[in-house]
Amino acid sequence: MNSDWKSQCPLQTLKQRAFLMSKIREYFAHHNVLEVETPILSSAGNTDVNIESFTSQSINLDCSKSYLRTSPEFPLKRLLCSGIGDIFEIGKVFRKEEISKTHNIEFTMLEWYRVDFDYKQLIQDVIDLLKFIFSAFSQPFENVETLTFNQSFQQFLSIDLSLVTDTQLNTYCANFGYSGSQLSRDEALDFLFATQIQTKLNKENLTFITLYPASQAALSQINPHDPSTSLRFEVFYRGQELGNGYQELTDSQELLERFKVDNQKRQTQGKQMVDVDCRLLATMENGMPACSGIAVGLDRLLMVLLGCKTIEEVLSFNAGNS
Amino acid sequence: MANVGINEFKNGMKLLINNEPWNITDVDMVKPGKGQAFTRIKIKNLKTGRVVDKTCKSTDKMQTADVMETDYQYLYADGEYYYFMHPETYEQIEASKESVGDNAKWLLEESMCTVTLFNEEPYVVVPPNFVNLKIVDTDPGLKGDTSGGGGKPATLEGGAVVQIPLFVQIGEVIKVDTRTGEYCSRVKD
Repeated sequence: MNSDWKSQCPLQTLKQRAFLMSKIREYFAHHNVLEVETPILSSAGNTDVNIESFTSQSINLDCSKSYLRTSPEFPLKRLLCSGIGDIFEIGKVFRKEEISKTHNIEFTMLEWYRVDFDYKQLIQDVIDLLKFIFSAFSQPFENVETLTFNQSFQQFLSIDLSLVTDTQLNTYCANFGYSGSQLSRDEALDFLFATQIQTKLNKENLTFITLYPASQAALSQINPHDPSTSLRFEVFYRGQELGNGYQELTDSQELLERFKVDNQKRQTQGKQMVDVDCRLLATMENGMPACSGIAVGLDRLLMVLLGCKTIEEVLSFNAGNS
Repeated sequence: MANVGINEFKNGMKLLINNEPWNITDVDMVKPGKGQAFTRIKIKNLKTGRVVDKTCKSTDKMQTADVMETDYQYLYADGEYYYFMHPETYEQIEASKESVGDNAKWLLEESMCTVTLFNEEPYVVVPPNFVNLKIVDTDPGLKGDTSGGGGKPATLEGGAVVQIPLFVQIGEVIKVDTRTGEYCSRVKD
């Protein structure tokens, strides 16, 4: 505790962090993606059942409290609806209770949207950006691998998700060391993916996992060719999760439905319900352009670029000494 | 004891599992970006020292154990119980044979031991890391070897049997590491 006024990260790393930010801005400037800034404090929150927001005093007349953003997603989508075109934002986001070797309560997120891109085009954009950044850091950029969520279960666990029952999934989890309370299907999939698949993703490759189950669509479109899956993907570098992307849901009615379902789940789990973003829903009613977007954790990206094992190695100060 | 949310777990917390106290030695979170968070803990059984990994939902709760470690001075044994005294309050406690277990052979009167109290009863008794004990029996026949290369068994007061160098003899006092049961050195008066 005595020397915790010091930064736990080498000053050289802070210079490399600044260099990373400049390279990201260079890439997007070159591709005519506009940098924007949106509010950190908002009168609406994120309903996602597994993400908890910090709250503060109300900031305007129509809310009783405000939320620190967990991502800039909603205001960026409001800008998309007003016809701004391709945009990106780099900024701090906040998530309660997320502390581990690779989590800090506040972290730096890069989020960007490409109008008229489907998720496959966005994946190519992610590859191009990462290639550019890895070469700027004189790091080799290895092969890229893409697997669907179902394929990853087949390949690493020989589980066919179209056949396996919830009870069988719970048995798999118990065999792999889970000893807590009964898991729902999605929770069991989360456990197996995080502990048995993510850790084995080819150590030399950038891996995209695509077509998550429809029940884990979050704010992505349901796959028109297979309604049991969604147009959501995640990107991993040597097993480290870097980002989460969607071919975006543009239907405001369906979005409202998902917010409601989230809040119902929150209620049954004894969690606080979250005020939904009515302004986002209202803007979307006037039409949201077809687009794809992704959020990337920049602290994690810097970790993999510099070969760091813990997130605190790349932060000037962490939650423990901020 | 209290039910504690797993997201509040920290190293050193004591958990009650199947009526046995366990010590948390490592805590980490596994959190998919969008998805249920899991907490992985390493726990060590306070009595057997067995280490086990457990992974639970971060939203689950577990029971904590009422466990406290305190230093007591060993007084004497009466064949059924071992008696200890708190050095400041002079409060006396009796520890069962089971709680002392194999450590009985290291107990020297007046030595300070660490007593783990579970539900306010002595549960584990740990002697000092090093104790000085007199050799009551060893083979006297082997003399003249000072290389320390070989060894011979010796029985100590209290009944422990340790390997000692060939040149050490009956009646001498030796320093022993109670954690490994190994000879350290001779103790000269």
